[in-house]
Amino acid sequence: MNGLTLQDVVLTYPDGDRRLTTLDRVSLHAAPGTLTAVVGPSGSGKSSLLAVAATLLRPDSGRVLVAGRDTAGLSPRQATELRRDRIGIVFQQPNLLASLTALEQLQAMAHLRGVSAKAGLPRAERLLASVGLTDGRQHRRPHQLSGGERQRVNIARALFAEPAVLLVDEPTSALDHDRGARIVDLLAAVTRDHDTATVMVTHDRGFAARADRTLELTDGRLS
Amino acid sequence: MFIALREISFARGRFALMGAVVMLITTLVAFLYGLTGGLAADASSAVARLPVGSIVFAAGQGSSPQVSFSNSSVGPAQLAAWQSAPGVGSVAALGIAMSRLTSADSTTSVSVLGVPAALLPPLESGSAPAAGQVAVGAGTARADGVSVGSRVTVGARTLTVSGITADRSYGHAPSVWTTEPTWQQLSGATAPSALAVDPGTADTTALDRLQNTRTVGRAAALAGIDGFSAEQGSLRMIQGFLFAVSALVVGAFFTVWTVQRGTDIAVLKAVGASSGYLVRDALAQALVLLLGGTITGAAVGVAGGALLSSGGLPFVLSGATVAVPVLAMVVLGLAGAALAVRRITSADPLTALGANR
Repeated sequence: MNGLTLQDVVLTYPDGDRRLTTLDRVSLHAAPGTLTAVVGPSGSGKSSLLAVAATLLRPDSGRVLVAGRDTAGLSPRQATELRRDRIGIVFQQPNLLASLTALEQLQAMAHLRGVSAKAGLPRAERLLASVGLTDGRQHRRPHQLSGGERQRVNIARALFAEPAVLLVDEPTSALDHDRGARIVDLLAAVTRDHDTATVMVTHDRGFAARADRTLELTDGRLS
Repeated sequence: MFIALREISFARGRFALMGAVVMLITTLVAFLYGLTGGLAADASSAVARLPVGSIVFAAGQGSSPQVSFSNSSVGPAQLAAWQSAPGVGSVAALGIAMSRLTSADSTTSVSVLGVPAALLPPLESGSAPAAGQVAVGAGTARADGVSVGSRVTVGARTLTVSGITADRSYGHAPSVWTTEPTWQQLSGATAPSALAVDPGTADTTALDRLQNTRTVGRAAALAGIDGFSAEQGSLRMIQGFLFAVSALVVGAFFTVWTVQRGTDIAVLKAVGASSGYLVRDALAQALVLLLGGTITGAAVGVAGGALLSSGGLPFVLSGATVAVPVLAMVVLGLAGAALAVRRITSADPLTALGANR
């Protein structure tokens, strides 16, 4: 099955003498080309859901399949390779490298895949243009870009490896409403254009309504 | 190197500061290397450049021979035994003493060596000294205004300068050369200090045991020069400390730098960069810093040393010898950086998603 699938995923954390259940038998399937919004209040387990889907956390039980590949038996190295090749992550804070220009942020993704930065340049230029970063802004460093522009670079970077799964963590939290809306619309567009199974977690129900479907996460339970 | 080079360019102030520190340490190490080499030559070149393989030290009955030119004295029986031993290539009596050379112009502290003509340094003019004659180094001749045929006083004896040799020194005093019998007369010694030997196929261990002598290679014999080992040891210890300081400084810099890059490292790991990739990138950054700092520092050290040596400071440093401290600085600096950047392997990519999990 392509896209992203979570089946009966349970995740707990130690909390003193007992364990706190963060994800309680969570199941979902995000198909390619669809934007799924997961809404919930702070502490409901949204970021944990993303972390499990991104193979950054191993669940206590249940299965996580990324583009049909079961992540249960992956070694740390294999998980890293899976993230590199099949998963794109759009961070809450853009988390761009201060020393690199927008173009270089994407070229670095090529370089860490063993492709020369020069060879990655055309795709980096195309992707930045597709998220609306042109007119020389692609040669600016993060501190020379606006918050919305930084988030666009963040999205373009996540798309660089042509991921099957795009995981988006609160993409509008640092933006005003208008710019936030444009970013969510952009995410919906790139989901269709790049045929990614996109899961976006957000606390803002207004933005969630722009997704293909919306799921609610409350106390670790998805509904 | 893609990210490494751009980070250096972006944080050029910090890297320039660190590069300057590495450069200054390397300059200091290069100076010390040159000074160590210069002082070693100043203390020992008369012995170190003798055209023989071994030096034989001797002691009288009841005492054991030590590697010490000032404590050694070769008796006639020991000399004869070595000269007649089967397999020995050559044996020459070697006398060494400290004295003063007085010319018409000045008085200079000198080391006086009594050797056969075959062991003299290359002659620049004149001839090898006969009895009652002395050959002086070119530097001494120039400084004291003497030439072939001049009369000089060495110790209490007046000698005629027979030739001018290449410069050599012993115990930080320029060397003058005479015959071994003349050396005995002016030094007051009754026997040569040591033997300069080509051991050939002789069983030197057996000879040493029978004759109460001690044979060592020419390089090891330098330890027999008073103060040589202590002087060289002190300088090498300072060099060692500087290498350690360099590794620590570079390690400390990259520890702080790695901590500062913590978020970037977590993000890169989250998007699929392996620890190996990030460690290689960080070490490449360290290598660029170290190569830049050490090569510049070595160049400054060599240039400064050349300037100082022209002013009379004992300083010997060549391109080949400066490569040793440069290489050591780079290797030790990389080791320090490697210890610092190993924390990359433990960086948790989960932190890139924030703490609100």
